[in-house]
Amino acid sequence: MIILDTMLIAIRALGTNKLRTGLTMLGIVIGVGAVIALIAAGQGAQKGVTERVNGLGSNLIFVRPAQTQQGGVRGQIATSLTTQDAAALNDPKLLPQVVGVTAQSNATTQAIANGVNVSTTLTAADPNYPAVRNFYPAIGRFITDQDVSSDALVTVLGSTVATELFGSPQSAMNQTVRLAFGPGGRFGFNFQVVGVMQTLGSSSSTNQDDQVFVPISTLQSRIRFLRNPLGQTNVQQITVKVAKSSQIGVTKNEITNLLLQRHGGTQDFTVLSQSDLLATANQVSRTLTILLGAIAGISLVVGGIGIMNIMLVSVTERTREIGIRKAVGARRGDILLQFVVEALIVTIAGGIIGIVIGVVAARLANGHNFGGSSAVQTVVSPLSIVAAFGVSAAIGLFFGIYPAFRASRLDPIEALRTE
Amino acid sequence: MIRLRGITKIYRTGDVEVPALVDARLDIADGEFLAIMGPSGSGKSTLMNILGCLDRPTRGTYELDGQFVHKMSDDQLAMIRNRRIGFVFQSFNLLARLPAVEQVELPLIYRGVHNRRKLAMQALADVGLADRTHHKPTQLSGGQQQRVAIARALVTRPSIIMADEPTGMLDTKTSRDVMETFARLNAERNLTVVFVTHEPEVAAYTRRVVHIRDGRIVDDDAARAEAAGASGPASAAAPAPAQATA
Ligand SMILES: Nc1ncnc2c1ncn2[C@@H]1O[C@H](COP(=O)(O)OP(=O)(O)O)[C@@H](O)[C@H]1O
Ligand SMILES: [Mg+2]
Repeated sequence: MIILDTMLIAIRALGTNKLRTGLTMLGIVIGVGAVIALIAAGQGAQKGVTERVNGLGSNLIFVRPAQTQQGGVRGQIATSLTTQDAAALNDPKLLPQVVGVTAQSNATTQAIANGVNVSTTLTAADPNYPAVRNFYPAIGRFITDQDVSSDALVTVLGSTVATELFGSPQSAMNQTVRLAFGPGGRFGFNFQVVGVMQTLGSSSSTNQDDQVFVPISTLQSRIRFLRNPLGQTNVQQITVKVAKSSQIGVTKNEITNLLLQRHGGTQDFTVLSQSDLLATANQVSRTLTILLGAIAGISLVVGGIGIMNIMLVSVTERTREIGIRKAVGARRGDILLQFVVEALIVTIAGGIIGIVIGVVAARLANGHNFGGSSAVQTVVSPLSIVAAFGVSAAIGLFFGIYPAFRASRLDPIEALRTE
Repeated sequence: MIRLRGITKIYRTGDVEVPALVDARLDIADGEFLAIMGPSGSGKSTLMNILGCLDRPTRGTYELDGQFVHKMSDDQLAMIRNRRIGFVFQSFNLLARLPAVEQVELPLIYRGVHNRRKLAMQALADVGLADRTHHKPTQLSGGQQQRVAIARALVTRPSIIMADEPTGMLDTKTSRDVMETFARLNAERNLTVVFVTHEPEVAAYTRRVVHIRDGRIVDDDAARAEAAGASGPASAAAPAPAQATA
C-alpha cells in the first residue's frame, strides 16, 4: 500500500476523534516543549557562567581561603589569607612575572540614599583593583592608598547603583550613601561617593555594574561584625595578574609554594586559574542542564505512554474496521503501518508544536529575572530541536508499534464478529 | 477452479470441541452459479469463510486454480482475497464513515492501483448506483448498501464472488434485485458465484444447489448428476470433471 494512502487514512481516523487526538498530542506537546525550554535554560545558565568567567580575563589567578580541617571548626569559611599575603605575592623579587595583585572581600549590603534603598554587592578593595581587573572609574577616582591607610568612609559606586540611587552617575558624585549591613540593616555607616565606575553592561548573568566599592581596610576595621575574631587583615580573595596567559601554570605553582612557606606548610588556600574556574562552573551547569532535561524527558515518556494507551483503545474500538480491511485484502504489514503512521502523526505533529512552544517560551523568558537578582538567559540550540524532533518520532514508533502489532495480528473472522 | 477435499473445521471453546464442518468434498468449476443451503448452524458460514480464504480449515486440502490455499501464509491469503475473490457479507460490512465510492476503492488501495476513482465509479455504475457514489452507508437503504458491498467485491475484477446470505437482511423485492445482479454478472462475465441462502426462491436463480446439514454436505446436484452419468459413485481420488452447467 502506498504510504500517501496510509497517511490519508490515518489523518482521517485521527480526525474522527479530534478531542482525543488533541489531548493525546498535548502530552507530547508539553513534553517536547518542556525539553526544549528547560534545556535552553540550562544551556543559557552555562553560557552565562562561561561569559562571566571569561570576562575575568585569561591572565588572572585567583587565590582563595580553603576550608581546613585542622584548627578551626569545619564548615566555617577559613580565614587564612591576609593583606600581607597579597603584598608578598606582589613582590617583584619573588614573582617577577606578576604585574598586579589585588586583595578583596565581599559582602551584601543595602545602599540607601534619597530615600531609595537598593540591595547590592559590597566589594572591599585596594587601589590595585582597577588595573588588575581592567575595570576603571568613569567619573571621579577609585580608592587610593590614602583611603586605605585612613580607613576612609569613601565609596565608589557601580554605574547601576549610582543611577538607581541618584538618577545618573554625574549626580551621584560627592553625595552621601548609607551602606547598611546585617539583619534589617542595623549596622551602617555614611560613605561619601568619590567616583562612579564605567559601565560594563549586563551581557552576563552577574552584573558587574551592580556593586559598590569601599577601601578594604574600612571593612576590616570598622564593620565589626564582619570582622574575623582572629585578626583584622583577612581577605576573601587575592587576584594575581600575570603578563602573559602562558605563565599561568608556572605562576600557580610558584604562588602555591610561596604561600605554603608563609603558612607553615599548611595548604589552607586554593589557587585557581580562569580555566579551572570555568571547568568547575561548567560541570555544575552541565549537571543542571542534564537534570532539567531529565525532568522534561520524564514528561515526554508520560506523553508516550498516553499515546500507547489511546492506540490500544483505538485498536479495540476499531476491531471491526480492521476485520473489514483484512477481508478486502489488507496484509499484516498494511494494518501495522496504518496504526504506526497514526501514532507517528500524533507524535510528530505534537513534537513540532512542542518545539515551537518551547522555542517561544525560551525566547520570552530570556532576559527576564523573574524576581531574582540576575536575569535568566536561554540558549536554544539547534541540536536540542533536532533531538526533540527525533525523540518524539521515536516515541511514536516505540509506543505505537505494540498496539499496531496487536491490530495486525487480528484474525479477520474474529475481528468481523465483534460489534 | 475450486477443489475441496476432506475439509474439516473444529471450533474449540474451552474443552468442548464443535465440529462445524466435517470432511467436506466440493468441486466448483469456473463460471458456475451455485447456492449453498442448509438450516441455521449447519456450517454454511464456516464453509464460506474457508472458501473465501478468510479462515483456515482444521484439516483437509483446498486447491484454488491449482494452488494449495491451505498451505498459504496469512499475507498470501490476504493477496488471494484482494485479487481473486470478492466476498459479500450478510451484514454488508461497510466502513461507517466513508462515502460509497471510497468503500469501493478500499481493495484497490491495498492493491496499490492508481486510477482507483475511475474503477470504483465504474463498479458502482455496474451495480446501478451511479447516482449514489458519495452517499455514506447511513444515507443508503439496505439494498443499496449491499450493492455497494457487491461493487467493492467486483472492483478488483475477481474470478469468484462469495456471498454469505447476501439477501438475509433484505426484503423480497430488494433480494430479487441483488440476485438479478449476481445472475447478470455470472452470465455476462462468466464470474463464478457461490452464495448461501435459506430461501428456496433465491436458490432458484442458480443451476446447482449444495445442501449441508450438521457440518456435512448431504446433497449436491452436481455430484448426483455425475453419479447418475457415470457408472458408479464419484471416487474421492478421481479429479473432478469440468462441470456440465446443466
Ligand atoms: N467461532 C466459533 N467458535 C465456536 N463455535 C463456532 C464458531 N463459529 C461457528 N461455530 C459453530 O459452528 C457451527 C456452524 O456455524 P456456522 O458455520 O456459522 O453456521 P451457519 O452459517 O450455517 O448458520 C455452529 O454450531 C456454531 O455454533
Ligand atoms: Mg451463517
